[in-house]
Amino acid sequence: MKELSQHILDLIQNSISAGASLIEVSILREDDILIIEVSDNGCGMDADIAAKAVDPFYTGRTTRTVGLGLSLLNATAQRCDGYMNIDSKVGKGTKVRAVMRYSHIDRPPIGDIEGTMIAMIVGNPNIDFVYHYNVDNVKIDIDTRQIKAILGEVPINNPDVVDWLMKYIGKGSAIK
Amino acid sequence: MITLEELNKIRDKAQEKMSVRQNQDVTRIVVGMATCGIAAGARPVMLKFMEEIQKRGLKNVIVSQTGCVGVCRLEPIVDVYRPNEEKVTYVKMTPEKVARVVTEHIVNGHPVVEYTIGYVEGQQKED
Repeated sequence: MKELSQHILDLIQNSISAGASLIEVSILREDDILIIEVSDNGCGMDADIAAKAVDPFYTGRTTRTVGLGLSLLNATAQRCDGYMNIDSKVGKGTKVRAVMRYSHIDRPPIGDIEGTMIAMIVGNPNIDFVYHYNVDNVKIDIDTRQIKAILGEVPINNPDVVDWLMKYIGKGSAIK
Repeated sequence: MITLEELNKIRDKAQEKMSVRQNQDVTRIVVGMATCGIAAGARPVMLKFMEEIQKRGLKNVIVSQTGCVGVCRLEPIVDVYRPNEEKVTYVKMTPEKVARVVTEHIVNGHPVVEYTIGYVEGQQKED
């Protein structure tokens, strides 16, 4: 993956496959440490499956025999002096945390995280997203439960709402 | 400064329009968004669809996403479902191709044959 935001998009897809109704994404920089966390309230995994999930030759799906998502992120974190861990409980949900050195020369750019979040929020109107971003004085916090409470019966993928979301989240997005 | 308060106005405006367009048939654009799709560039494709729909003010079009369809080598893959018509599957999509699909297929109802799975697979066999 060329961008960290693509890894994040991939983690969100795992959460969706796990049947999550709430997905929290946070990207924080503390000094020289970059912390990426994606947690959900999906079906979760038992310890055995969670341990195997990092193995590229393990997958929960039946359409093919490899599962690269988590193993790629694990490799990225490790080559940037960091680590990835998975905290998962059956019936409760899963939290994936990747930590890496911000200034490491191999750290991929964060990339279009704004576009990622907009695409996920609009593409999955029935799932709630909480998004925290705090890197280099750019700070964005959004909770779609709050937005949906204001919108009432107007769907979050209504074109005017999408326009608002793009402006609210997308300060640095590819979409201007 | 963009604020949450603005959403109140958007909601009121949208509610007025909503009653008019309920029960109308909707076109669905579904983008494959698994590891394979993401690595191949599915996200810019999805965002471009959203941007085009926004720009043209298309009301009865929804962009959504799905997982891996099993033909990873043809990603990014996009399915278009128009009401009462057969599904059309576009493969190896790019943001550049999206504009043409929106104008010719979504708006005017003529699928862009060169981008469909049948056409691309046929070409590859001849090569």
